[in-house]
Amino acid sequence: MFRLVYEPIDTASFRNALVGPEDGAVAIFEGVVRNHAHGRRVSYLEYHAYESMAQRRLEEIGASARKEFLIRDIGILHRLGRINPAECSVAVVVTAAHRAAAFDACRFAIDAVKKTVPIWKKEFYEDGEAWVGGRD
Amino acid sequence: MSIRVLFFAAIADVTHLHEAEVDASTCTNVASIYEQFARDFPRLQDHRPSILCAVNSEFARPDSPVHDGDEVAFFPPVSGG
Repeated sequence: MFRLVYEPIDTASFRNALVGPEDGAVAIFEGVVRNHAHGRRVSYLEYHAYESMAQRRLEEIGASARKEFLIRDIGILHRLGRINPAECSVAVVVTAAHRAAAFDACRFAIDAVKKTVPIWKKEFYEDGEAWVGGRD
Repeated sequence: MSIRVLFFAAIADVTHLHEAEVDASTCTNVASIYEQFARDFPRLQDHRPSILCAVNSEFARPDSPVHDGDEVAFFPPVSGG
């Protein structure tokens, strides 16, 4: 399951949709909006995407993870639009028979999302706004 | 005979548009499209060292060829997650 969504991410139901009786491990990563960046207070973030390409990239990352790691399933949800501090912006769920592959694939997937999926965030401060450049 | 051109994030702030069309006969590769817009929007030159491009939703290079009907996108380094 690879999707761009505009509504809040419900990680628990996302996880429940992916996990099955063959799995012995589920690795879950959530990216969360924080209320500070470079010493400035951040009121909220806005995420924008090149949606057709971002969708395709998410699916390609999932296919690479399946090829590289002994996992059973993987899903990635990335939220777009305005997101407030403490809310989830991205969720990666990996299920596998054993934990090492689940951890490794989860790390691989979130790193690939941050480096190669055409999504950009804009930080909104009390006194202005700015695009976030490059990876962090 | 046209190519659809898309701009995103900080690049769209420079061009003041998200989408445009160019005559395919005036373009040889991705860089030649960028040059056309850089004449109208000189600040695009500031982004040249870091800009990323895609042809039909696949990462491309400045010298990647373009053809009639292609969708070409220009955008800054990604910052999702």
